[in-house]
Amino acid sequence: MKSYIPAAVVLLAAAVPALFAQAPALNGDPYIHDPSTIAFSDGKYFTFGTGGGGLISEDGWTWHSGAQRPGGGVAPDVIKIGDRYYMSYARGGGGMSGGHASNVYVMWTKSLDPASPDFKFNDETLVASSDGVEDCDAIDPAFLLDPTTGRLWLSYGTYFGYIRIVELDPKTGKRVAGNQAVNVAIDMEATDLMFRDGWYYLLGTHGTCCDGANSTYNIRVGRSRNILGPYVDHMGIPLLKGGGKLVVAASGRFVGPGHFGRLDLGDGVEKFSMHYEADLDRSGRSVLDIRPLLWKDGWPVGGDNFWGGTFEIQSERSGFALELGVDFARMAGRGGGFGGFGGGGRGRGGAAPGAAPAAGAAPAGPPAPPAVQPVQAQRLYDVLHGWPTGNIDLRIGDYMMRPHQKWTITPVLNAGGYPGSPYFKIQIADTDRTLAAAEGNELVTLPTYTGAPEQLWRIDQLIDGTYRIMPKAVPNSTEPVALSAVGASTPTLAKFDPKSDKGRWTFRKP
Amino acid sequence: MKRALVLLAVTAIWTAGNGLAQPGAAGNIPARPASLPDNTPRTLSPYFTQANSAPKAPDADGFIQRWLLLEPINKPNRTNTVFTDTYVRNTLNTEYFPNQFTVIPNDGDKVKVGEQELAWHALDSTGFNVKLFRFAYGLNKTTYGVIFWAVTVVNSPREIQNARMAVGVNGASIWWLNGKEAVDLFTDRRMKMDDCVSKRLTLNKGRNVIRGAVINGPGLSDFCLRFIDENGEPIKDLTVSLDRTGK
Repeated sequence: MKSYIPAAVVLLAAAVPALFAQAPALNGDPYIHDPSTIAFSDGKYFTFGTGGGGLISEDGWTWHSGAQRPGGGVAPDVIKIGDRYYMSYARGGGGMSGGHASNVYVMWTKSLDPASPDFKFNDETLVASSDGVEDCDAIDPAFLLDPTTGRLWLSYGTYFGYIRIVELDPKTGKRVAGNQAVNVAIDMEATDLMFRDGWYYLLGTHGTCCDGANSTYNIRVGRSRNILGPYVDHMGIPLLKGGGKLVVAASGRFVGPGHFGRLDLGDGVEKFSMHYEADLDRSGRSVLDIRPLLWKDGWPVGGDNFWGGTFEIQSERSGFALELGVDFARMAGRGGGFGGFGGGGRGRGGAAPGAAPAAGAAPAGPPAPPAVQPVQAQRLYDVLHGWPTGNIDLRIGDYMMRPHQKWTITPVLNAGGYPGSPYFKIQIADTDRTLAAAEGNELVTLPTYTGAPEQLWRIDQLIDGTYRIMPKAVPNSTEPVALSAVGASTPTLAKFDPKSDKGRWTFRKP
Repeated sequence: MKRALVLLAVTAIWTAGNGLAQPGAAGNIPARPASLPDNTPRTLSPYFTQANSAPKAPDADGFIQRWLLLEPINKPNRTNTVFTDTYVRNTLNTEYFPNQFTVIPNDGDKVKVGEQELAWHALDSTGFNVKLFRFAYGLNKTTYGVIFWAVTVVNSPREIQNARMAVGVNGASIWWLNGKEAVDLFTDRRMKMDDCVSKRLTLNKGRNVIRGAVINGPGLSDFCLRFIDENGEPIKDLTVSLDRTGK
């Protein structure tokens, strides 16, 4: 059998591993401290930080400075209600010069985009404060519009004393007349509030900020059936007694995550934003990042951004693997009959059943069992010659660790992105054969990667830890579609249904 | 709070930001100035009441609320990053006043530490935790860069084996039971219940002396302490009295 490896096929493995480290934080210049929840305005993403500026992104992956916020102060938050963006921030506290007297303000604008004619902040209003002596330091505000009641709440506070919650009028952003602040936690700052499935979640940071690579900041959570508490963690420890279940902490090159902001992209895709006190790959500067938000047993869990590798791509529908539509090539590796030795097996080292002993040999006793040895995996080299050289279709089949079922997924850093991530190319491992969207919402693999948009894939982790895989483009179509197991063994591109396992995939070690 | 460096840089931006703000209608709650003059009379209320002679049970969750607290010893630290194991162990095993590791003082007893004359106070915390910052603040003492000493006597109706002392502290600290070191809390910690827990120990039938030292730089010095049994449940059938004679 001729065996050869076409020169165009071999991928330079040396270049690939460098891309398989931890995903970097966001692209561009994502430098910010104490970022607000990310808001979408005028077709762009915005976040605002301590001091008055902020970041803008067209796609959620590449960020630059340019957002503007008057009012100064620290740690703003933003929320869109109706046609208004409400912004909250605090001035005066945080222990600056030892002081804990502070004021929390709210103002609003109809656009966050400084280039918009609607960009104008109005009605700066005091909504909460601390006098410097009481058990609270009024900074780090965060909004929650309760989807069940339509009421608007604001948490605030830091390590000096309590985290408190007050109620605001969603039509004006002003404090509801007569509303009293309620203490809900200690040992926290940079709080945030969420609601999901009947639970209110209070998140906040424990640990130290502002200490570069030595910041111990980490984000924790408690939950309650009532917006005003009591909030408890998974051990039943009240947040008023220092409790909090970990959501995300330092890892890899990222130190001190803090200032959680939820980014719900719909269809079961949730992400969260935060800053790292120090990105060790960026001179230890404070940067914005966006990562997947998972949900496990009613608790939010901080996920990690996918950054590629070589995998089986497993369908959650059938449990079978995405593969090329090529002949299944058999391989050696039968271990010698049932039980694995003796009895006439034909595996490596075993005699064929019924074989006569050699002439002159002593009468044969039972054959010695063959030595146990590893069986070499099937190699690309063994099968490539049997594959078509042009386009090859796909199917979903029994995973057998074969070359036609192993995929190398690589981030593509010059082709844009989406919140938290660049696009990826998906190729058969050690080849240039590339998964692509085809006309009619179908799938194909092309022998060579060219970087065309239909060869680029958006990979979002879903809240249950599986993934949705969507092409950046489909020829002659603008309908958003995703990789989908339309049959147990048949993949296609189809509208993503968050309630179905058809569109859910897992990356498993190959 | 470790925001000082960042927020000092922000001050200039804050000043400029004030110029950019577009205040609209007056706020619906009264504004506070950036720094309130602190000339209001100070008190330990509502954080503490005076301990009386009647034995006191732990609270509903087993937290010990009655303590003899020494006014804070000055130990300046501009940052809490120094609270390594070694630093805390060395600093809190230093003797600052005579009989520091054995005394069960009376309310009002005084000790001299360098230039400081410090009094012991017999107090009941009104919460599950003992807010040392509020103790110092209420007595017009130094609040940051300090060491606090705390002593109490816990009476158990029975010997309890396989118990554990469970402590949370804001700051760093070491705790002793009946003269033996029981729990260490190193690095700059936040006070959370059952944060650090001793190895299994035995509570004597009768008297058990708990002694603790808490060190903090900037921050809301605070601790909470209780005993839990071998199942992790709070031990509540204790009483606390500060009778130095053991009656």
